[in-house]
Amino acid sequence: MKIHEYQAKELFRKAQVPVLAGFVARTPEEAKAAFEKLGGPIAVVKAQVHAGGRGKGTVTEVPSQRGVQLVKSGDEAATVAKNLIGNHLVTVQTGASGAVVNQVFVEQGCKIARELYLAVVVDRAAKLPLLMVSSEGGVEIEKVAEETPEKILREHFDPAYGLQSYQVRKLCKKLGISGDAAKNADFFMKKLCSLFVELDCAMAEINPLVITEDNKMIALDAKITFDDNAMYRHPDLKELRDLNEEEPAEIRAANTGLSYVKLEGNIGCLVNGAGLAMATMDIIKHHGGAPANFLDVGGGANTQQVTEAFRIILSDPNVKAILVNIFGGIARCTTIAQAIIDASKEVGFSVPLVVRLEGTEVNEGKKMLRESGLAIISADDLTDAAKKVVASIA
Amino acid sequence: MSILVNSDTRVICQGITGKAGAFHTKGCKEYGTKMVGGVTPGKSGELVEGLPVFDTVEEAVKQTGANATMIFVPPPFTADAILEAVDAGIEVICAITEGVPVIDMVHVYERVKKSKSILVGPNCPGVITPGQCKIGIMPGYIHKPGKVGIMSRSGTLTYEAVWQTSGLGFGQSTCVGLGGDPIVGTSYIDVFERFQNDDQTEVILMIGEIGGDAEEMAAEYVKNHVTKPVAAFIAGRTAPPGKRMGHAGAIITGGKGTAAEKVSALEAAGIVVAHSPADMGAAVAKALKK
Repeated sequence: MKIHEYQAKELFRKAQVPVLAGFVARTPEEAKAAFEKLGGPIAVVKAQVHAGGRGKGTVTEVPSQRGVQLVKSGDEAATVAKNLIGNHLVTVQTGASGAVVNQVFVEQGCKIARELYLAVVVDRAAKLPLLMVSSEGGVEIEKVAEETPEKILREHFDPAYGLQSYQVRKLCKKLGISGDAAKNADFFMKKLCSLFVELDCAMAEINPLVITEDNKMIALDAKITFDDNAMYRHPDLKELRDLNEEEPAEIRAANTGLSYVKLEGNIGCLVNGAGLAMATMDIIKHHGGAPANFLDVGGGANTQQVTEAFRIILSDPNVKAILVNIFGGIARCTTIAQAIIDASKEVGFSVPLVVRLEGTEVNEGKKMLRESGLAIISADDLTDAAKKVVASIA
Repeated sequence: MSILVNSDTRVICQGITGKAGAFHTKGCKEYGTKMVGGVTPGKSGELVEGLPVFDTVEEAVKQTGANATMIFVPPPFTADAILEAVDAGIEVICAITEGVPVIDMVHVYERVKKSKSILVGPNCPGVITPGQCKIGIMPGYIHKPGKVGIMSRSGTLTYEAVWQTSGLGFGQSTCVGLGGDPIVGTSYIDVFERFQNDDQTEVILMIGEIGGDAEEMAAEYVKNHVTKPVAAFIAGRTAPPGKRMGHAGAIITGGKGTAAEKVSALEAAGIVVAHSPADMGAAVAKALKK
């Protein structure tokens, strides 16, 4: 689960990770009031969307407007807010249609001496949380990672003991940070790493992390992604979820216990198991088609879930055919067969349906489909299924 | 031989009184696995599928001589269940449960690493040595005793590979479901080492997916330490960056973890890579001829 910058900064504030004062605004008037409360002389108005690259992003309706802008008066803050709120911000991460801006964050300015990059992730290979810091702040870190990987400094830490002072000293030495700035870095980084563990983050990224002219270390940006599996122990964080930022069909799927990701193609997929679902997308592409979605009905799928899965797939107007690929382990082929029959009664299939069943209760499942009288294209194996579904819309 | 489990393995189920635990205990028992009991705190004295239920793993081990466990307890209790099995000296721990928080696994892994136990999973289908011992949720009947050692991060995709290799008459020595989470107890490299040293295994099939760099590290290991033929498949060639494909681990971030990178690392290590999931069996055949 992702949250907005202003929400992440509120969590930072509570955990004593230094941030600047700021207020969220949902109207130009609120933005103006926020500027005045901050007391000037400058402030920064930032579009609040989950996508990155906001500073260079452009607003579709007001092409001259970027996603982040320095302002010098309350009126200017209101104008920028007006340009952003309700409009679409297109960044490198949003796709061409952009993301609707529903609120802006009006934040105090500061005198920057230096910009850094900082991120905490869980390193799968080391099986430990990893703090990464780079001298290349404010730029695309992917580019740094590719071109000058040596500029990204890494320190693993044990979540039970937290980041240690010697680790921060090592980092500061390499980054050329000393004196008060180093002391502030120690405080900042240790607090941030504790927050990462305590809140079950999957990723915390600060780009840029700044050192001010008076040697303070401050999170100028804040991006947090939480570990969805740990949300059961953070009911308060669940409330930070912004459904406006998510694909409606994906929310609907998640509510039914399905895993669905919308894609750009026209062949809907209904598969059990994440790996097989990915492989099904791959084989469709391999035979010249384009998958419309990733959909994993999971191991214990019941008729109701599968019916809902069909409804979600068919709610995508791009879908011209559906491929069902089931390898029954826990999920039985008879369950899937019954669901196909029920779903056809409820939603009706207006597009060709190719079904490949294998595994537990396969013969009974196939028999049910045959006897149902439904117009189903039956496939024997993966290749056969992929070829048939691609051919069905050719 | 085989790896990890065989006909002498004595298995308990943690969470045996739950719906999934009971259902799969039955399945494993019917397959021929030596199921010897189960654990659910507060339910000792009950019987499930004719097997005794104990309050603690320690007690179960003492009474039944169990040396393996399959864990079906809900995600908030999984770390605790794994640690309990480690504490009781269980040798092979298969955590089937899906949805365990990553930080829990960081703590658990630190403990498992220092113990003699082997943890497979979480979020995995389990381990099977065909004809001898099935621990987990895979459909037993698709397997056949044979010479292919299979390892995978995905459940149903493993079934697909098993189906193909059974169909070609190769059969499997052991199949290990590593699990789809970012942190799992057993890596490809751990299993490669075991398959390399196992007489029954003549060829190794590795099924990977996008995200992380475990496949690249495995390729490096194979280049330097594995003399047996190896075939592989990577799922997720068409997955877009930044979107999590079901598994908590299957996400391309910062341009890293793409299928293309993994495939080229594998091929550079002399591994035969199937370019379609329908060709996993064929890739094994090709690797054997090499």
